[in-house]
Amino acid sequence: MNQEKIRVLVAKPGLDGHDRGAKVVARTLRDAGFEVIYTGIRQTPGMIAEAALQEDVDVVGLSILSGAHMTLCPKVVELLRAQGQDDVIVLVGGIVPDEDIPRLREAGVHGIFGPGASTREIADFIEQAVAQRDGQ
Amino acid sequence: MSARDRRNPAALAQGVAAGDRLALARAMTLAENEQPGAHAMLSALFPRTGQARIIGVTGAPGTGKSTLVTALAKAYRNAGLSVGIAAVDPSSPFTGGALLGDRVRMRALSGDDGVFMRSMATRGSLGGLAKATNEIVMLLDAAGFERIIVETVGVGQAEVEIARTAHTTLVVEAPGLGDEVQAIKAGILEIADILVVNKADRPGADRTIRALELMLELGADEPRYAGHHGIIRYPAGQESPLPGHEWQVDVLKTTAVNGAGVEALCGHIEAHWAWLEESGELAVRGRQRIAYALESIIRAELNQRVAAAMPQTDVDRVIDAIYAHETDPYQAAAKLLSPENAEG
Ligand SMILES: Nc1nc2c(ncn2[C@@H]2O[C@H](COP(=O)(O)OP(=O)(O)O)[C@@H](O)[C@H]2O)c(=O)[nH]1
Ligand SMILES: [Mg+2]
Repeated sequence: MNQEKIRVLVAKPGLDGHDRGAKVVARTLRDAGFEVIYTGIRQTPGMIAEAALQEDVDVVGLSILSGAHMTLCPKVVELLRAQGQDDVIVLVGGIVPDEDIPRLREAGVHGIFGPGASTREIADFIEQAVAQRDGQ
Repeated sequence: MSARDRRNPAALAQGVAAGDRLALARAMTLAENEQPGAHAMLSALFPRTGQARIIGVTGAPGTGKSTLVTALAKAYRNAGLSVGIAAVDPSSPFTGGALLGDRVRMRALSGDDGVFMRSMATRGSLGGLAKATNEIVMLLDAAGFERIIVETVGVGQAEVEIARTAHTTLVVEAPGLGDEVQAIKAGILEIADILVVNKADRPGADRTIRALELMLELGADEPRYAGHHGIIRYPAGQESPLPGHEWQVDVLKTTAVNGAGVEALCGHIEAHWAWLEESGELAVRGRQRIAYALESIIRAELNQRVAAAMPQTDVDRVIDAIYAHETDPYQAAAKLLSPENAEG
């Protein structure tokens, strides 16, 4: 039986050491019915891209606190593309200043969610983006 | 790989054979999702399989399995061997979602092309899990990984069965979790080729070891593994292993977080392999694994046929009829399964 499941990698790039926020996101996405691969804190863009490849995820969700999103997020997108995963949907969650949003989108980030975003909002976005990618 | 090739079974099979990691990852998805062409892809790769040694690691949550798998993988890498890892965690029966967190412990393995690690969710159906796990192992094997480690949470029947389809099965315990009792309940001790007491740095480790040794002594006269309980049995008659060639289950202790005891454990796994070869058990277990895989494929195929034979509208109508007592569920089931119905 064809049982496709949307797989989401939740990673926390950067050097700040606590992962409460990322864990909460990982759990809520699991509760929304996704298969969530949680990689933990202090992930380099290289580690994130490698995990995304081995796990063949549909979505990479980056949890950001450190303010380093302008360097880390585009780097992850670039590495994903370089390894042939240009169809992976990249999301960023955390505090992103308004002026950075267009630049992140330009860099290939599909969705940006502030701390107030609801689980439903994120889950709906993921479902729609995956359906669109698969041409449904 | 071009975008078009990514879901193309023939291209994926070629990619896996050529050592393309993205192809391997996508081949795993194709197999796990039972998408069209998955079986043809696996057929094409089957001749390349049968090379790897498979190590099952099971035990209660929190005993340190993922940490131990990482330490084992590092030891194999130091010996120049490539390592594939499949880690299975439960899906929620309510939402179908899963939180797969084994990678958190495995960061020491990142950046190494000699390692490939895949997380899997149990996805509800027990038979489906056995099939999918076997296929992920086959794909790692076909891709040339020399050691394949399968981590499962040793709580459910399916997870335990999967671990015991490995060449060598480690059952991991840890002090202070009350696992001695749990292990007897779940019957997982009898599938162990090697018992590992991890977290040897913790107080109570020696007591856990003694408790396990005592249980092994008490159970020494009982048959240790009863073979596969499914429809397809192997071996059908003969006794296995041959009398006088039994393997001695030992209790080893490790501290996975700092690697203590891991070299000794590797040595013990090698010794078990040597025993498998000498005793003839290697062939027996190889055939048991085939029996298990064959059955899981047949079950999945039958499930699919059953689903295809029963359009939901028919089922709805039949349920209405049974509810109104116009027919009974036995006659209705027989009718739904009758060949005319399948063809019509
Ligand atoms: N003290 C100690 N803790 C350990 C050891 N091995 C693993 N742990 C810890 O036990 C917890 C669970 O480990 P994990 O590998 O995820 O267990 P699993 O659920 O069985 O896969 C983690 O916090 C590990 O750091 C060990 O040898 N000693
Ligand atoms: Mg684990």
